[in-house]
Amino acid sequence: MFRIIAAVIGRDLKLAMRRQADIVSALFFFIIVVSLFPLGIGPEPDLLRKLAPGVLWVAALLATMLSLPRLFADDHRDGTLEQLALAPHPLGLVVTGKVIAHWLVSGLPLALIAPVLGIQFDLSADALVVLTGAILLGTPALSGIGAIGAALTLGLRGGGVLLSLLVLPLYIPVLIFGAGAVDATVSGLGGEGHLSLLAAIAFASVGFAPWASAAALKIALE
Amino acid sequence: MLEADNLECVRGERRLFTGLGFRLEAGELLNLQGRNGSGKTSLLRMLIGLLPPEAGEIRWNGVSTKAQGDEFRADLCYLGHLNAIKEELTPLENLLAAAHLADEELSEDDALDALEQVGLAGREDLACKYLSQGQKRRVALARLVKEKRPLWILDEPFVALDTAAVDWLTGIISGHLQRGGMAVMTTHQQVKIPAGTIRELRLG
Repeated sequence: MFRIIAAVIGRDLKLAMRRQADIVSALFFFIIVVSLFPLGIGPEPDLLRKLAPGVLWVAALLATMLSLPRLFADDHRDGTLEQLALAPHPLGLVVTGKVIAHWLVSGLPLALIAPVLGIQFDLSADALVVLTGAILLGTPALSGIGAIGAALTLGLRGGGVLLSLLVLPLYIPVLIFGAGAVDATVSGLGGEGHLSLLAAIAFASVGFAPWASAAALKIALE
Repeated sequence: MLEADNLECVRGERRLFTGLGFRLEAGELLNLQGRNGSGKTSLLRMLIGLLPPEAGEIRWNGVSTKAQGDEFRADLCYLGHLNAIKEELTPLENLLAAAHLADEELSEDDALDALEQVGLAGREDLACKYLSQGQKRRVALARLVKEKRPLWILDEPFVALDTAAVDWLTGIISGHLQRGGMAVMTTHQQVKIPAGTIRELRLG
């Protein structure tokens, strides 16, 4: 079971390394969107501190959306998806591998760069730590939930827009608890409760979403 | 033994075939014939389980393939219209990745040997996007060289191949039938497979 997940992760990471432009463009999108806000709003530390969690999280959602349409589309176009569906193990395991690989190339870099961007918003050291933790815990959920949307819109014309309409509303809980964790830390309440909820959402979506995606992929392959 | 019973296929509003059945024993090849759109590819996709039949049943060794699931798929090798190779990976990496994902053992030496047989020696370290259509097809076909699974389903395997490669592929399929394997394939070309029993099925 773990061997097949590891094989899928290994293959997808190798492919991502050969196509680094994709990873880098989503990351730069995140950096630029977040950096535009302090420039547009001006040097008002109090206001920026208030805005920071929401801005960073919304930018993280949008950056994740950029790479989602290609999660299954490339494999579908070149026939690899058929072969994966015909492999002698459940398709859900294959999708689990793909979700983990997607998180490693799209979610993890966002979490690593987030504290640097948080400095632009004059966040305290505590808030930066919580921000990184929240994005680290929240992005696996984004990859998991996004995989369902990507599988449902596979092969549709204009699937990219439909994907956003399907997936962004489902991201709302992650957005609320993710931004809430940083807010709570800034206001001195402590973000542990929010982080626990984020972790729960992440575990549930990485555990269950791949099986829902697999069911959608089978319909797309008919 | 592969058996199909009373299969019916409906695509959109059109009924492509109904009441279709056949039986394939070890060492036999089923050659599907028919004009474009007669349902050859649909039948192949039904056999491998990607397309659920409207009616009827497919049995592998006496048990419904739908009930077997992974067990059936472990005996199945499918080669479709699409090559299922990654443009960014080299032919060698493609072969090894395909084997890993299908839970098969394939050593690097075996993979190199397979690529040499399909005439890609010296190109095993070149990303597939730099290969020609025919060469990409050969990378996909190289999977068959070391393939030990008993049931091969081949959709138009001879497309985009030159005459030398067609001869090579008929040899590979003959060898598979001689070892007691089974194959179902579609082709528009006149190809002579020297070994095994050839059955013909005409659709439409």
